[in-house]
Amino acid sequence: MTPVPAVSDVVNTASVSHLIIVFAPLLAAILAGLFQEALGRRGAHRVTIGAVGLSCLLSLKVFWDVVVLGGPVVDATVYTWAQLPGLAIEVGFLIDPLTATMMVVVTFVSLMVHIYTIGYMEEDPGYQRFFAYISLFTFSMLMLVMANNLMQLFFGWEAVGLVSYLLIGFWFRKPSAIHANLKAFLVNRVGDFGFLLGIAGVLMYTGSLHYAEIFARAGELTAIEVAPFGVPVTVATLVCICLFIGAMGKSAQVPLHVWLPDSMEGPTPISALIHAATMVTAGIFMVARLSPLFELSETALSFILVIGATTTLFMGLLGVVQHDIKRVVAYSTLSQLGYMTVALGASAYGAAIFHLVTHAFFKALLFLAAGSVIIGLHHEQDMRRMGGLWRVMPITWATSVVGTLALVGFPGFAGFYSKDAIIEAVNASPLWGSDYAAFAVLASVFVTSLYSFRLLFLVFHGQSRVDHHTLEHAHESPAVVTWPLVLLAIPSVVAGAVLAEPMLFGGYFGAALHVADGREPLHELAHHWHGWFSFLLHGFTTAPFWLMVGGAALAWFLFLARPKLPGRIAAGLRPVDRLLNEKYGFDRFNEAVLARGTHAMGTGLWGVGDVFVIDGMLVNGSARVVSLVASVVRHVQSGFLYHYAFAMIIGLLLLLVVFGRVTTPF
Amino acid sequence: MTLEAIVFLTLSAILLGSALAVIVLRNPVHAALSLVLSFFATGGLWLLLEAEFLALTLVLVYVGAVMVLFLFVVMMLDINIAELRAGFASHLPLGLLVATGMVLALLSMVGGEAFGPLAFPEPPPAPADAANTRDLGRLLFTRYVYPFQIAAVILLVAIVAAIALTMRPSRQTRAVKPEWQVTIRREDRVRLVKGLTEENR
Amino acid sequence: MPLSAYLIVAALVFCISIAGIFLNRKNVIVLLMCVELQLLAVNINFVAFSHFLGDLAGQIFVFFILTVAAAESAIGLAILVVLFRNRGTINVEDLDTMKG
Repeated sequence: MTPVPAVSDVVNTASVSHLIIVFAPLLAAILAGLFQEALGRRGAHRVTIGAVGLSCLLSLKVFWDVVVLGGPVVDATVYTWAQLPGLAIEVGFLIDPLTATMMVVVTFVSLMVHIYTIGYMEEDPGYQRFFAYISLFTFSMLMLVMANNLMQLFFGWEAVGLVSYLLIGFWFRKPSAIHANLKAFLVNRVGDFGFLLGIAGVLMYTGSLHYAEIFARAGELTAIEVAPFGVPVTVATLVCICLFIGAMGKSAQVPLHVWLPDSMEGPTPISALIHAATMVTAGIFMVARLSPLFELSETALSFILVIGATTTLFMGLLGVVQHDIKRVVAYSTLSQLGYMTVALGASAYGAAIFHLVTHAFFKALLFLAAGSVIIGLHHEQDMRRMGGLWRVMPITWATSVVGTLALVGFPGFAGFYSKDAIIEAVNASPLWGSDYAAFAVLASVFVTSLYSFRLLFLVFHGQSRVDHHTLEHAHESPAVVTWPLVLLAIPSVVAGAVLAEPMLFGGYFGAALHVADGREPLHELAHHWHGWFSFLLHGFTTAPFWLMVGGAALAWFLFLARPKLPGRIAAGLRPVDRLLNEKYGFDRFNEAVLARGTHAMGTGLWGVGDVFVIDGMLVNGSARVVSLVASVVRHVQSGFLYHYAFAMIIGLLLLLVVFGRVTTPF
Repeated sequence: MTLEAIVFLTLSAILLGSALAVIVLRNPVHAALSLVLSFFATGGLWLLLEAEFLALTLVLVYVGAVMVLFLFVVMMLDINIAELRAGFASHLPLGLLVATGMVLALLSMVGGEAFGPLAFPEPPPAPADAANTRDLGRLLFTRYVYPFQIAAVILLVAIVAAIALTMRPSRQTRAVKPEWQVTIRREDRVRLVKGLTEENR
Repeated sequence: MPLSAYLIVAALVFCISIAGIFLNRKNVIVLLMCVELQLLAVNINFVAFSHFLGDLAGQIFVFFILTVAAAESAIGLAILVVLFRNRGTINVEDLDTMKG
């Protein structure tokens, strides 16, 4: 039942191009980071863009070899970092269709963001540093996706987390940015703790960190039962839930999502690259990568399903009330990550990765378009002071429309195929919680449409609310900004149609993804599949389409036709409005209970343990005892010679009295 | 009572009496002279024990050298005896108590039959040609030759130490101290003065 | 005379010298003399045992004790002389610079 690729399909040596793909961005990051002055601004972006472009080209080549030509899978160990008894910690590459897809997505979006950054960060003093960071990020992400063992995956995982931390706090003089990056780091620590426990569990029960070896022995995990906190579960369930907690942190699932909206404090290109397109999908990728493990536990899959469904619906709702343009897109990202998670829970790994890919394109597009608006309006982010910009920024507007249509799943656009596949898969899933998930994803279509069109209408259409001074200087962004938008708009349109059939039904992923027998959620859909065009036409007749249209119409009515109405509704439904604006109280809970509780516990432990026991009793106490004894005993040392002589003599007398007894004459 | 017993008792009485005199006499010179007497008495006792060499050594070395040294020091130092005698009796009760306790403890051990004539019978008197000195010398230069050497070194060290402690350098000497020579600084020797010369006048 | 007689005499001398240390606690010279008396008492014991056991080793020991005692009194008196020269007194009660 475990998918061991046939030996003939696996190549055990890595080629030079693999090494170049990974290490060119690292080299560029080092050059741009350490030789800022020598390279200058122009040198820094040339080096990094050149390296990432090279990576991107070679990734396309790898993609061509592995996916299009169906070449052999590469599973090669490049370097042994540490050798322990029974465990080798290695650096190695596993290049299969899943990895190749991720490599292309990562390097392509990264390249677009690099180019875009030239325009966005033009006036920033930290220009070189920024390029160094995003190249470092590209390296880390590639290490993550190309890993052939859990340890390297974890390295990449933490490295992207680090870069994310550095970039959220890129403007480190801004207190809110520092607060946000600390929050992201801390929340991710919670997830990473679970992830580490999961890795440790895998190592403990399979004795290996290498994917192929883990999968070969995965079946044994269902046989062992453990009872953490008195709940009997199989090891497979326990390990999978621990691993998924890691994914919840990185991919911002409820309740570990709180860091992602705040991460918008970073520069917009970062929001596009790290906090929308690539890094946050690492959790999705990880679960798909370890699909042979997750397939072993229905409990874990149900858990994933429910968490994902909750995230997708409730985070989407929050997007409706946000005023900051980037925050709307951020909540949209959360909602879409929820979609991917739901797909994972329904065992539709192909659909999840498919949505990951299409989402990477259109979400990066939307973010970069938002960034374009922000620089066009001189760093204005509040949608209440926008509107009617489509005349001023036609390219941004056009690409935003493409991105929005892709996001809401308008038939024909990329998001349509991936999202409909997920909805179908959830409907077909027999797992516990799938009914709730099915409702959530369907309702979420409506919500997605509502907030997406709200954003589009508030920013580009209707009455302009931009102040005069800003409007006079408002302009379309330079070519380095608009070109990436256009280049990202193309896959946002076509990627769905091109990839839908192979990714969902064909043998695109080969042995990379594993679904247990009898649990093929896309089976139903496959019967009705007659090519992408007929699916497109069929798409106009389904419930999601009408929900989407309904959402768009409501958005039009509320934000274009009757712009006064939303405020009145909010006033009428004050508790709901309050709940949404408080973001369900997660932050409040975290601060009041977790942060303050930890602080109180620390204070208590410090007071009792440190001050009283250690300082008071152990350190000062022992000193006090010594000084007490000494203050008594020091009177013996009078300094008078005869006192010492007396002491000796009296001691001698005592010795004689106690021991001086002759019992036998020799 | 044999002659030996009479001699023993006489010598013991002299020894104990002179020892008491050592500790109670007011004048240190008298005390030292009492000590000399007790050494003489001890020497006599040792003769009874057929330790002729040690008896003679005690008289010659101790009385002749060490006690003379004592007397010499006592007489050389200008000691205020009254001050030293002040509070003489203040520790007398404690001293008597400890001394009595110790006497009782020691007598209970050595006074009984354990060391009596039955346990330790009188050895036969030494033959007329016995030579205590020769026997001691034979032992000392064969078996105890290394301790003997060490004793010599100890005496040497004592001599050197005593001289080093008491020697005062003569004030008349004009020798230059080497340690002063090496630590001398230029400022101590030469003083540069800006004076009036023909040029800057 | 039996061995115990010699031992009793030695014990008495020893105790007299101890009483002397208590009585003359201020006078370093007499203290030194008392120490000499104690050594003498010990030596009497050694010689007596040597005689009654027929073993010359005891006398050899006395020999060494005399050597050490001579060295001790030489150094003790030297210290005394230096002390008197520096402090003008040999009163033990004045020698308390090392009192804690």
